[in-house]
Amino acid sequence: MRREIAFLRRGQPVRLSQAAPSLTLLDYLRLEERATGTKEGCAEGDCGACTVVLRRVVGGEVAYQAVNSCILLAGQADGSEVITVEDLADGDRLHPVQQAMVDHHGSQCGFCTPGFVMALFGLYHAPPSASPDRDAVHEWISGNLCRCTGYRPIVDAGLTACTGARSDQFSANEAAARTALAALDDGEDLFVGGDTRFFAAPASIASLASLYLAHPDAVLVGGATDVGLWITKQLRDLPKIIWLGRVRGLDAIEDMDATINFGATVTHEAAWPHLASIDSDLGELMRRFAGRQVRTAGTIGGNIANGSPIGDTPPALIALGATLTLQKGDTVRTLPLEDFFIAYGKQARHQGEFVRAVEVPKLKPNESFRALKLAKRYDQDISAVMAAVKLTVEGRHIAEASIAYGGMAATPKRASATEAALTGLSLDDPTGLDAAVLRLAEDFSPIDDMRASAKYRLAGAQALLAKALAEIGGMSSTETRVFGRRAGDATAA
Amino acid sequence: MRPLPDTNTVNGEATLRVVRRDLPHDSARKHVTGGAAYIDDLREPEGTLHLAIGGAPIARGKLTGLNLTAVRAAPGVVAIITAADIPGTNDVSALGLGDDPLFVDSQISFHGQALFAVAATSRDAARKAALLAKVETETETPNISVEDGLQSGETVLNDYGFVVGDVASALAKSPHRASGTLHIGGQEHFYLEGQIALAIPGEEGDLHIFSSTQHPSEVQHIVAHLLGLPQAAITVEVRRMGGGFGGKESQASAWAAYAALAAHITKHACKMRPDRDADMAMTGKRHDFRVDYDVGFDDSGLILGLDTTLAARCGYSADLSAGVVDRALFHTDNAYYLSDTNILSKRVRTNTVSNTAFRGFGGPQGMMAIERVIDCIAWRLGLDPLDVRMRNYYAPGRDVTPYGQTIEDNVLPELTSQIERSSDYRARRNEITTFNAGSRFLKRGIALVPLKFGISFTAQHLNQGSALVHVYRDGSVHLNHGGTEMGQGLFVKIAQVVAETFGISMPYVKVMATHTAKVPNTSPTAASSGSDINGMAALDAAMAIRNRIAAFAAERYQVDAAHVSFRDDTVIVGNEVIPFPEMVEAAYRARVHLSSTGFYATPKLHWDRDKGHGRPFFYFAYGAACAEVLIDTTTGELRVLRTDLLHDVGRSLNPAIDIGQIEGGFVQGMGWLTGEELVFDDKGRLRTHAPSTYKIPTAFDLPEDFRVALFDNTNREDTIYRSKAVGEPPLMLGIAVFAAIADAIHSLAPGKPVPLNAPATAESILHACSCMVSIR
Ligand SMILES: Cc1cc2nc3c(=O)[nH]c(=O)nc-3n(C[C@H](O)[C@H](O)[C@H](O)COP(=O)(O)OP(=O)(O)OC[C@H]3O[C@@H](n4cnc5c(N)ncnc54)[C@H](O)[C@@H]3O)c2cc1C
Ligand code: FES
Ligand code: FES
Repeated sequence: MRREIAFLRRGQPVRLSQAAPSLTLLDYLRLEERATGTKEGCAEGDCGACTVVLRRVVGGEVAYQAVNSCILLAGQADGSEVITVEDLADGDRLHPVQQAMVDHHGSQCGFCTPGFVMALFGLYHAPPSASPDRDAVHEWISGNLCRCTGYRPIVDAGLTACTGARSDQFSANEAAARTALAALDDGEDLFVGGDTRFFAAPASIASLASLYLAHPDAVLVGGATDVGLWITKQLRDLPKIIWLGRVRGLDAIEDMDATINFGATVTHEAAWPHLASIDSDLGELMRRFAGRQVRTAGTIGGNIANGSPIGDTPPALIALGATLTLQKGDTVRTLPLEDFFIAYGKQARHQGEFVRAVEVPKLKPNESFRALKLAKRYDQDISAVMAAVKLTVEGRHIAEASIAYGGMAATPKRASATEAALTGLSLDDPTGLDAAVLRLAEDFSPIDDMRASAKYRLAGAQALLAKALAEIGGMSSTETRVFGRRAGDATAA
Repeated sequence: MRPLPDTNTVNGEATLRVVRRDLPHDSARKHVTGGAAYIDDLREPEGTLHLAIGGAPIARGKLTGLNLTAVRAAPGVVAIITAADIPGTNDVSALGLGDDPLFVDSQISFHGQALFAVAATSRDAARKAALLAKVETETETPNISVEDGLQSGETVLNDYGFVVGDVASALAKSPHRASGTLHIGGQEHFYLEGQIALAIPGEEGDLHIFSSTQHPSEVQHIVAHLLGLPQAAITVEVRRMGGGFGGKESQASAWAAYAALAAHITKHACKMRPDRDADMAMTGKRHDFRVDYDVGFDDSGLILGLDTTLAARCGYSADLSAGVVDRALFHTDNAYYLSDTNILSKRVRTNTVSNTAFRGFGGPQGMMAIERVIDCIAWRLGLDPLDVRMRNYYAPGRDVTPYGQTIEDNVLPELTSQIERSSDYRARRNEITTFNAGSRFLKRGIALVPLKFGISFTAQHLNQGSALVHVYRDGSVHLNHGGTEMGQGLFVKIAQVVAETFGISMPYVKVMATHTAKVPNTSPTAASSGSDINGMAALDAAMAIRNRIAAFAAERYQVDAAHVSFRDDTVIVGNEVIPFPEMVEAAYRARVHLSSTGFYATPKLHWDRDKGHGRPFFYFAYGAACAEVLIDTTTGELRVLRTDLLHDVGRSLNPAIDIGQIEGGFVQGMGWLTGEELVFDDKGRLRTHAPSTYKIPTAFDLPEDFRVALFDNTNREDTIYRSKAVGEPPLMLGIAVFAAIADAIHSLAPGKPVPLNAPATAESILHACSCMVSIR
């Protein structure tokens, strides 16, 4: 068992044996190391000013992960090299990303700039090294806010700097970095602190199961993209933290014939292409899930376990008929994902039990799927309404409907009255379909809040379903969507 | 060395070597390396205490009990400060009106208003302790919305407006009439660097305050007043802000005052940095407005009479509302001649944060009002809104504003036809009509909207700038002026002016932090005036030194002073070329004074507010935007497809910086009118107090096709190198997006007025769409 958190800074190991369990990486950098180049703009993962890059070896490859240091625990940097904006220039020579930002006038007040530089540094090192297009740049800076520039010069800087071969000091020293990182990767359980206050990062599922059984009051942390905010926004003291990021095998993705099995700590970023392979709308849903930094840290398990009524993956996975695997001690059980969500703040998870995996069925040839999200903003915004629709279509008739919504009730929930009304209808029966869509009012009585009024939620939910039905009936998404069109549908506006 | 001839001229002016060049921001390299220090990045003096504020749990009522025992006992707490601890006056109001207490004494005026501050050994300790207060209150019914305030009749300032001609009979005689109401939402500044101040006590109660403020002199004056100290005992310094946008004009003062008061009491350095939620919940925003209008017009769309009332949600105190709402009135004409008109305003008091300056300072809201009026006329008459706009433009003989200023520099007709062509407006309009006819879910809309923005502070005394320039013996130049750098590129522009004056290259010039001990009694960096007034003042200071050096050189080399010129890092005296540092050293040895202050007062201004008449503006900045949008009429979702911007910056000091202001301003204006929604609940709590719920644009929200150009123009007034102010005006280019959305919605029921309110969130767009369909 290792008793200290260990990561690299500028090639040198840093070891923390006394750190408070809930110390954030940003506070470590700014308050302890006094490296103040990394900024705090919001302390909640929404602005990206605090972006740093963690260099890790993932699946044998060197990965550059851009993450929000404000809501990342210092312990989650364990095993990585922490790269901040101060580290990029090579002596007096600016990094290509920095130089492009200067050349394109990409900074005005400069407060967001370190975060953009680090996000673009992530893109600079993103495989494949082929030239990114504007969409790719947008995607990489989707978690960064700038209030001054209007983004155009930043996007241009990204396009310029990230085109062509990589040739910075980091690509040059990758071999040395691999060696240094390998030295940190001891595969041992990590436990810092004592019995009443600790930061733990078990290395195996067995260690996790027994540690959590011994401390069922501990807080499990996947990516901390929710838990981080309990610390920074609610000022909660979290004495016992178990981070799942080092648990071997918990991040496995098994792509089978009929299903894909995602381990609990599979990040949104890692899940994205696999979900997209089921249906392009799932890819688009992941594209719009939070921003790049949150997708990089946040996990599928966390998105399910937090039980949020406005989480984006649960409705989609419920509509697809996913099955959840839970484990307590040595006991493993499964249940349909939709049964996991009992009521607001209440899930079918026992004391000491953790989410282990979720199994997602692929679509059969006669099944059509749509996932559509309504939010105030395209990027980095929580859904006001999220609709997931799976129809089994025989000929032109709906043989079966599986429809789930987020944002419409206290939990992610099926629209059973509407499903029943749709079953048996023809896709060519507009009157019948319209009537079925209206049945959503029986399924849901949503709430008013700052994201949307109840009235808008219901109208939006109906509109999304109407759109899904029109599309499954044959209409191209170029005629139904202002953005997020389906792969394959031409993009003429 | 022989001097090279300098015969090149561009636009009839001698070649400029530094001014007009696309130089990067003065701190660009520091920004990208993390080397630019903001206040929270400064090394704190040993023993620095951190502050947190305890806020009121209700929006309106009496504070009847405040039990701070648990706060005091919390770990790390060193001191608690309340209204009773203020040695001077419990007021941080910008204009000294006495309505902006630092701490609640007994009357609570908005949710979150400061009751006390706690000073502790760490930021977290202070914030955690502040939550432990036990507060007792007697609740009164708060006014939250403009309507609440209008109904209760409470105002922060008197009604005011312009009355021209006889609107009643003009309306009565008009062949067409239209009336309506428009709600315009407020806007959170969302400067990326939140409010912050660090106060360090010195000898005899002196204080040195680092404050993220656009108005260091005001911070100095307010803190002196609060502490009962002479202004000379307080020094305020700011190197840079991480954004301001008006939100740190008057509203930075309170945060500096907390830090100063705590430092005064504890004798420790004290830092006040609210977290993002506290910042958003406690600071004022752009004023929301309710606009009611009644317009009369002829068949061609010409406005014959306009009667309009602008009601502004000012919040609990006056703050800068006098100027903000006046500026809304000054811009309710925008580009259009109004012959018979009443433009009135109400300054409504509500139990919400005190609304304040925000880029445009009320101007954008005034323009929104008239642009909606124009759209309504076009909808009613079935005309293209652009034709109605141009029909109403100021023109010879129709060139006097409702406040009596004659428009002398109107370039809009020319500018408009240029952008009409370059955007291919007419062809796209036709194409859109065809598209909309065949599209069930989605509709497109387009709008081309002009802007005219008056440049000068309407508070006359603020139209002055000061600077301080030293030339050191090695030729390096220290530059100070009254302006603050918040990202707008002011420092590089003024350094360019000084470098140009001395004929030296940029590395010679060091721009230093804005500092009240170096340049006193400054105006806020606001009203887009930064380079106009400080650039002229810096030029004045640099010219004074240059003239002394020139006189000295002329005498030494026995030439006429007119034959001494400064360029390429040299001083050219007749046929001699002397490196600048050498000449400076020689001048020093000859006991020439190498330091100077500089001063500038904007000429030609006069304004009689009681009569509503005069020339409040030195000149106008112009621009136009053409925006095309795609909306989903069933969900209200929006995509901006293309935007063309054409903007007049006169002769630019630095085109790259100006384009940055134009693009950034446009996107901020677009955000204001689309996704940025402030939601207060009926208890007066701001529900959108963090970026999780308050959504400013991201990169994806940019127009897919985004074209920006500078309009080729000069400033007919003698401004610094004939440039024009650029800070605020481009924000109003965003109005084109709002108008394009309305245009798209209008296609659902041509001829009907579109009841779209701002911001045009998806919900607001959908609401307007459903109204169109149901009234068809
Ligand atoms: C800026 C921002 C934007 C966001 N946008 C979105 C969005 O668009 N859509 C969306 O759905 N969500 C969004 N979120 C919420 C969040 O990112 C997701 O819910 C994410 O999936 C959480 O995963 P995590 O691993 O970070 O969870 P954590 O924060 O680590 O944990 C969340 C909860 O789950 C528990 N938990 C985690 N893993 C397990 C496990 N294996 N077993 C049992 N319990 C576990 C934790 O104890 C905690 O209660 C956003 C968050 C932020 C900060
Ligand atoms: S500080 Fe805003 S995301 Fe971290
Ligand atoms: S440059 Fe100011 S926020 Fe981006």
